[in-house]
Amino acid sequence: MAMDKNTNVLIVDDYKTMLRIIRNLLKQLEFDNVEEASDGQEALAKLRAGQFGLVISDWNMQPMTGLDLLKEVRADTRLKETPFIMITAESKTENVIAAKAAGVSNYIVKPFNAETLRGKIEKVLAHA
Amino acid sequence: MPDGEAGGDRIEAAVRAVLGSMTGDMTVTEVALLGELEALGREVARAKSEIAALRVDDIDASHIPTATDELDAVVSHTATATNEILDSCEVLEGLQARLSGPDADALSGAVTRIYEACSFQDITGQRIGKVVSALKSIEKRVAAVTQSFGRGAAPPPEPEVPTAHRTEGQRLATGPQLPAAASSQAEIDRLLASFD
Repeated sequence: MAMDKNTNVLIVDDYKTMLRIIRNLLKQLEFDNVEEASDGQEALAKLRAGQFGLVISDWNMQPMTGLDLLKEVRADTRLKETPFIMITAESKTENVIAAKAAGVSNYIVKPFNAETLRGKIEKVLAHA
Repeated sequence: MPDGEAGGDRIEAAVRAVLGSMTGDMTVTEVALLGELEALGREVARAKSEIAALRVDDIDASHIPTATDELDAVVSHTATATNEILDSCEVLEGLQARLSGPDADALSGAVTRIYEACSFQDITGQRIGKVVSALKSIEKRVAAVTQSFGRGAAPPPEPEVPTAHRTEGQRLATGPQLPAAASSQAEIDRLLASFD
């Protein structure tokens, strides 16, 4: 299944190393239009100011968590349809259920592999 | 707090006062009570000696701050090392363009595996963060015990966000689970599929 490699992607994580890893993995998948944010608040500001076709976000960040960012995105008339993948070490069932209830498009548990990332992106962009 | 007002001393003084008030012939029950009170007094004195021997001041003034500093340094060093590994990977990816066929694929695959492995820094950083929080909690409790025995002032309480004021995202953000308790990607996929 083909993916639109021109999609603008926003990656959100408070660990600079993780941002760099995800950016490099996306580059291997030929996604070159990638921007970064270090928490939900910064991400929300960038989303409201720009045009993004995919959000890939961590959960555990301060001051705004990934789940709270997801809720803000889904509550925003312009942003609500944006595909949103959570990549997080939070692997408890209640976390997955809460993310699903908030409208997450897919959920990746850390540590993850490149194939999982590719598969999830392909899936959510196909439904976008 | 002066020694005479400390919790342990108040108990000891109360025991002595009760013992001092018991005069004349005593009943069997009073004798038993006296024995219990004497034992309680000895227990309080022993506990005080043991706590003094523990040198709890060292625990909250030195050991725990040193341990948290060491752990912070571990996170910092692993971040530096991980970034150096990533620098090297990016150089290798630049060289990949000069290769072709199986060599290029092998290099690409190896670099991808290194990227995947480097995510350890995020996970270990979060785990160490949980340990640091636990140590700080112990530090606060030790300081409270120290203060109750009249040895130093308790640190000012840190402002905590009341549970009711925390968002769902903050409440559920507990960090990585231990491997035995963590859900796998396959289990999460099955859970997500069950909603479709």
